[in-house]
Amino acid sequence: MAWVLLGACRTDMHVQPRYKSLEPSPFFDDGRSARPLVEGTVARGHLRIDEHLYTGKVNGVDVDTFPFPMDRAMLERGRERFNIFCSPCHDRTGSGNGIIPQRGFRHPPSNHIDRLRKAPVGHFFDVITNGFGAMYSFASRIPPRDRWAIVAYIRVLQLSENATMADVPPEARVQLQREGP
Amino acid sequence: MAQIFHRSTNILSRLTIYGALFILAGLVWAAYIIYSSPYFTEVNVARQQPVPFSHKHHVSGLGLDCRFCHTSVEESSFAGIPPTETCMTCHSQIWSDSPMLEPVRASYRNNTSLEWTRVYQLPGYAYFNHSIHLNKGIGCSTCHGRVDRMPLTYRENPMQMQWCLDCHRNVERYVRPREDVFKMDYVPPGDQLALGEKLVKEYKIQKLTDCTTCHR
Repeated sequence: MAWVLLGACRTDMHVQPRYKSLEPSPFFDDGRSARPLVEGTVARGHLRIDEHLYTGKVNGVDVDTFPFPMDRAMLERGRERFNIFCSPCHDRTGSGNGIIPQRGFRHPPSNHIDRLRKAPVGHFFDVITNGFGAMYSFASRIPPRDRWAIVAYIRVLQLSENATMADVPPEARVQLQREGP
Repeated sequence: MAQIFHRSTNILSRLTIYGALFILAGLVWAAYIIYSSPYFTEVNVARQQPVPFSHKHHVSGLGLDCRFCHTSVEESSFAGIPPTETCMTCHSQIWSDSPMLEPVRASYRNNTSLEWTRVYQLPGYAYFNHSIHLNKGIGCSTCHGRVDRMPLTYRENPMQMQWCLDCHRNVERYVRPREDVFKMDYVPPGDQLALGEKLVKEYKIQKLTDCTTCHR
C-alpha cells in the first residue's frame, strides 16, 4: 500500500524547468546558466556617462572633489563599507596592519603617510575601482557610490589620525581625557 | 462439515484487527521520524565540496564580514556565492601553493566555475528573498546558525514549511535591531518579546502567513 501512496509523489513542482541562481546548465558550452552581459550592453539607468562619478577622473586626471555632496549618513555608510571590504588588509584605522597582511599578504602602505594624505580623492577611487599592486579590483563588489563613501571615510580616518587636542570640541575634551584615545 | 478453525482462533483475529491500528499508527510515526531526521532534512550534514572551505576560519579566525563574500545579500533575493576572484583577492599571496586550493587557482586560470554543492536549497515552488529578511531585522544566524563555528558548512535548520512558519507566525520572538543582523554572536536580550513587538511596529513588519507570501 505504501508503494501505491508513494507512487502519487511527483517532483515536477519541486524541480521546475527553470534555472535557480548559478545553477549549472548543460545547454551552454561553459556550463553556466548565469550568462555574462553581451559586450556593449547597458542596463536601463546604468549608462556611465558621468566620468567624474564612475572613474574618479576628469580628462584623465584624478579629481580632488566628490561627485555628490557628502553628509553624515554617507560617511557612516563609508565607515560600514570600509570595515567590510578594506579593514581585512588596511585595518579599521587604515594603518595597513590588518589581519590579512599579518598572515603573509604584502603589507599595504598606511593611509596616513604624507603621499596618501596629499593624494587627490580620485586616486583612492581609482585604486578601489582598478586595484593597485597586489590589491585586486573591488569594482564588482562595491558599487560606485559606495566607493566614494569609502574614499570620504578614508579622509575622515586621515583627519582623525592627525588630529590634535585643539580639534576636539571643548565639551568632549573632558570625556576624552578621562577615557583616553 | 467440521470447522477448519477452532473457536479459540477468534481471539487471534480480533487481536490482529486491533493490532493493525497500532501498526498503522507506527508506520505514520516512523514516516514522520524519517521525514524530520537529518537523513531527509540534511541538518548537521556537511556536504562534500571541491575545496574544504571553513567559515570558522574566515569568519571567527580572520573576522571577515559576511558581506565581504556574499555581496548581494542586502539588495537581492540571492546572497551571492563569491566569484573565484574574491577568493584570489587574498589567496593570490596567501596559501598560494597549497594543493588544497588548486581547484581555486585552476578556476581562476582557466575561467571555469568552481562547482560548489549547495547547502541550502529551497523547492521550486517556494519564493525566498534574503534582502527583505535582513532589512526587516532577521539576522543571518537566526536561520544559518553559528556559521562562524562551522569548519565545514552544514545546514542548521530543516528548511521545511513548519520551520518557516514558526518564525512567520511569531516574528517578535526572532526579530533583532537592524544594526545587529550580521552579528554572529548576537544573543537576544532577556526582554526579547517586548523588543520584538516594538521592532515589528517600527519596521512595519506585515502579516506573513498568507499562502502567497512564499508560494507565488
